Amino acid sequence: MGALRGAPVSFSRMIQDILITGLVNSGVYALLAVGFSLIFGVARIVNIAHTAFYMLAAYCFYALLVKTGLGFVPSGLIAIVAVTALSVLCYRLVIEPVREHEAAVLIATIALALIFQESMLLSFGGHYLGIPSTLEGMVHVLGVSIPYQRLLILIVAAAMLALVWFLLYGTRLGLAIRATANDLEVANLMGMNVHRVAMASVAISVALAAIAGVVVAPVFVVDPFMWLAPLVTMLAIVVLGGLGSLKGSLIGALIIGYVEAITVFALPAGAYLKGAVALAIMVAVLLARPEGLFGVAFEEER
Amino acid sequence: MLRHTILGFVLALAAPIASAQGTIKIAILGPMAFVQGENHWAGAEMARDEINKAGGINVGGRRMQIELIRADTNEIQSVPDATNATERVITRDKADFLIGGFRSEAVLAMQEVAADNKKLFLGAGAAHPQLGARVEQDYNRYKYWFRVTPLHVGDLVKASFAVLGVAAEQFRKQHKIAAPKVAIVAEKAIWTEGIVKAAQANFPKMNLDVVGLWQPSAVATDVTAEVAAIKRAGADLVFTVLSGPVGIVVGRQMGEQQIPAIAVGINVEAQKDEFWDATAGKAQFAATLETVSEVEMTSKTIPFYKAFRQRFKKGPTYNAAGTYDSLYLLKDVIEKAGSVDTEKLIPILEKTVFTSVGGVIEFDKRHDLTYGPTRVTGIAIQWQDGKKVPFWPTEVKGMQPFKLPAR
Repeated sequence: MGALRGAPVSFSRMIQDILITGLVNSGVYALLAVGFSLIFGVARIVNIAHTAFYMLAAYCFYALLVKTGLGFVPSGLIAIVAVTALSVLCYRLVIEPVREHEAAVLIATIALALIFQESMLLSFGGHYLGIPSTLEGMVHVLGVSIPYQRLLILIVAAAMLALVWFLLYGTRLGLAIRATANDLEVANLMGMNVHRVAMASVAISVALAAIAGVVVAPVFVVDPFMWLAPLVTMLAIVVLGGLGSLKGSLIGALIIGYVEAITVFALPAGAYLKGAVALAIMVAVLLARPEGLFGVAFEEER
Repeated sequence: MLRHTILGFVLALAAPIASAQGTIKIAILGPMAFVQGENHWAGAEMARDEINKAGGINVGGRRMQIELIRADTNEIQSVPDATNATERVITRDKADFLIGGFRSEAVLAMQEVAADNKKLFLGAGAAHPQLGARVEQDYNRYKYWFRVTPLHVGDLVKASFAVLGVAAEQFRKQHKIAAPKVAIVAEKAIWTEGIVKAAQANFPKMNLDVVGLWQPSAVATDVTAEVAAIKRAGADLVFTVLSGPVGIVVGRQMGEQQIPAIAVGINVEAQKDEFWDATAGKAQFAATLETVSEVEMTSKTIPFYKAFRQRFKKGPTYNAAGTYDSLYLLKDVIEKAGSVDTEKLIPILEKTVFTSVGGVIEFDKRHDLTYGPTRVTGIAIQWQDGKKVPFWPTEVKGMQPFKLPAR
């Protein structure tokens, strides 16, 4: 420390900071954005409640871990399974009856998100809750110290994304999901149960959100409004990457994650602008390429 | 049969009117689903029960009981909800006096409703200077507002600079470095703008080397990039100006990234008992200015904390103490005036010197608290091994040393 006194913060150090911090940020965004994109691609559902499920998973994890004293692994697994089951129930009861009407689906999911928010506010109050880290300690990469918990987030995100890729490109269910995403009516005519495929993709998508909720809960603060900020970022990412494109969501997550890191490091007094800069980049991309980076141009009525 | 039913009905309607005749109705305005509102209400309930049990308020020889009206302003989420709640307690519930409020944006609007209806409004939460400035600019309209807690932002600045000075002095002694490096971390909000400007102008004069200013959003959930940059800048002290949940995130992530600097300044979340758990025990040595704490600031402080903990099984926030004080202050001036007429109470409130839980209350021409060692200064605490340890102002009894981490 003594030797560093007075030395200017070097440019290469800043690049290292940006590289590492941006990557860790992108991991969480990718988990959220890929799930959101999947459900839109397959079922044309714009699920505004997506990040609300992420919030529910964080609360569920908190309740099990801190209130009942279950261990990290059982609490996390129960939270993920319970939230995924709830999403399937919500899909059957709320979304499926209005699925033909896109506006109705949009409004129904907004309503769901608000119901979740208000129920958490009623049951836990507007308190900011903290969860102990799953892993203590930190590792130094390129001179940047990363707590193990953040590394865990990155590893879980990478593993889950690999798993989703395998599911989509290596299994029969994946084939059905891709076929339905490609053309719902033809898939239906070919004898696929498109309702079941849609339900499976809802479950996969929300499971990803729930996993994100469980792994980030120990680094973030759990409160009833924690779903709003990531919702905006996630929407920016999927629109930037191209609605419905999984590859686009992944790249979009990396772009936004890095843009946010660059904003904070290059413009410390403007750190609060990181969300605005991300949205500005989305708008710029849309002006040049309305379908997003990897989206297919919107077809006529399908 | 019908006649009896009607008679019963009329009696049932009349009963509350009859019993209400001997009461003074006080509306407690706060965000009841949130910590601040819970504390407004808890402090009010405590004062009401104590005062009523002791015979109520003596209004010119007539004993009157206090009746509280619980009004959920939902002000953290919605300013219109807050003004509606204020309107409702005045017009429907016929409240005589208003106490509470927390979020400045909402309280500025609630103050208008109180002024429209000429209702005495004792503030117990908002710090925005405009609330007091209005009293000075348009006295006849806004004279109904008095700020019982906290100090307004200008005085909070003085106090927080004094506290940073204590920390810097300790650092100089311990590490033999003349000009400690200070990073300023202020959430982006109206109330922090003046503080940031004053900090940038004054810290060099205090022989502090400002290494940068970071302004995350008040609701940011992640400040790892900011913390990494502060660590790189080699900061020894971090001057915080935070009121939102980002205060928890800053406390926690500074601990997680094992940054050698410690946070001193204003961090509203760090004032709460829950802070240590919310940061998962990572906020060792984080310090903040607080309005009131469990030391002998006045003869009322420790008894208040003891009774509060006994009843609610947790510590109060400044909103609880402020609401509790407001009720006793109201009792004091009503008894002096021998009347519940607001217009008669205002001149008495302006002259009153009242010993409260958090200091000695004396209002200035803006109906703000008078700042100073014999009046109200606030208090600074540091988190040490899960406990809040008070360390400033040093002349108050029960202060303990401020600690720096070994390096």
